[in-house]
Amino acid sequence: MSERRVELEVLRYHPETDAAPRFQRYSVDCREEWVVLDALNHVKETLDPTLSYRWSCHMAVCGSCGMMINGEPRLACKSFLRDYQGVIRVEPLAHFPIERDLVTVIDDFMAKLKRVKPYLIPAQARALEQGEYRQTPAELKRYKQFTLCMNCMLCYAACPEYGLIPKFIGPAAISLAHRYNQDSRDGGRAARQEEIAAAEGVWECSFTGACSEVCPEHVDPAAALQQVKIKSTVDWYLAHLMPWLKK
Amino acid sequence: MAQSSKPIVWGPFAAGGTLTAFLTPALMVLTLLAALGYTPDLLAYERLHAFAGSWLAKLALAGTVFLTLWSAAHRLRITCYDLGVRADTLVATLLYSAALAGTAAAALYLSRI
Repeated sequence: MSERRVELEVLRYHPETDAAPRFQRYSVDCREEWVVLDALNHVKETLDPTLSYRWSCHMAVCGSCGMMINGEPRLACKSFLRDYQGVIRVEPLAHFPIERDLVTVIDDFMAKLKRVKPYLIPAQARALEQGEYRQTPAELKRYKQFTLCMNCMLCYAACPEYGLIPKFIGPAAISLAHRYNQDSRDGGRAARQEEIAAAEGVWECSFTGACSEVCPEHVDPAAALQQVKIKSTVDWYLAHLMPWLKK
Repeated sequence: MAQSSKPIVWGPFAAGGTLTAFLTPALMVLTLLAALGYTPDLLAYERLHAFAGSWLAKLALAGTVFLTLWSAAHRLRITCYDLGVRADTLVATLLYSAALAGTAAAALYLSRI
C-alpha cells in the first residue's frame, strides 16, 4: 500500500487557557486511501493526544465529524486525502462557537431542532389493535429524501444567512419540520408553522443554495425550504383573503 | 411566534421569478430574430398593437410587467442585504416603489391603446 506525507494545519483553541485560536502544523505519513479523519486519528494516536475533535462512525452515517476542510464544510470521514494538494487546513465548523479545538458548541442548533417538533404528531389517535399505519409508495416518496438528514450541521456552516442572522432557524431544522409536515400520518403542521412561518423561520432564507451543495446525504434542504415558503405563502393568502375558510 | 407577513412580497416575487424563467429565453430569441430582420408575421407591430387592444391582453401584459419588475426588485433587495447594505426598509421602499412605478407606467400606456 502506498503512503503519502500529509501536512495538516489544524486550528487549536482551549477557551479556558488560550487568548485566541491558533493553527498547529502536523506532518504525518498517511496511507493513500485514508480520509482526513484517519489522518486526525493518526495525529492523536502518535503525535498529540491533546487534539480534540468529534467523530463516531467513520462511515458518513452519524454526522459527528463535520469540520471546515480547506474552508469548505465537510465530513472528515468522507474527505479523501488524495483529493487534496499541499497543506490541508482543518478548522471547526463555521458559525458555531468553539468548545475546544475542532469541537463546536451546538446548543443553538439543538434548541432550534427541538422548537420545530421534529417527530410524528399523529393526525388521529390510533389504538394498538388497529394495526400499523399504511402508506403508499407515493406518500412515502413525498418525505423520504428529507428523512436522510443526520444533523451534521454542515448546512449551517455553509449558510450565509445563518452567519448573518444567528436567530434564523436554519436549513436542517426547517427541512426536518418539512419532513414531518409532508408525512401522511402527521397532523402537527399548524404547531410547527408557529416556528417556521415566523420571520426568523423560513423567511430569512435567501435561497443561495449553499446548504444543498454541502449536504453529504443529498437531502437538498434548499428545496425543502422553498416548498415551505410556497406552502406558507398559500396559508397566508388563504388566512387573509378568505378568513371564512379558517377551521 | 407571529406568522410573518413576508408572503405579501414573496408571493409576487416567486410568481415573477417563475414567469421570467420561462419568458426571458423566448424574449431573447425573439429580440435577436427581430434585430436580424426576421420578425415573424405573427409578431409584426400592427398585430401586436391589435393584440394589446383587448382588455384581457392588457390585463395579462400589465400583470406580466408587474410580476417581473417585482421579482427583480425583491431579488435586488435581498442581494443588497447580503452585500452588507443593512438599511433594509429604505432599500425595500425604493426598489418596490420603482417596480410599482414601472407597473403604473405600463398600465397607463396600455390604457391609451
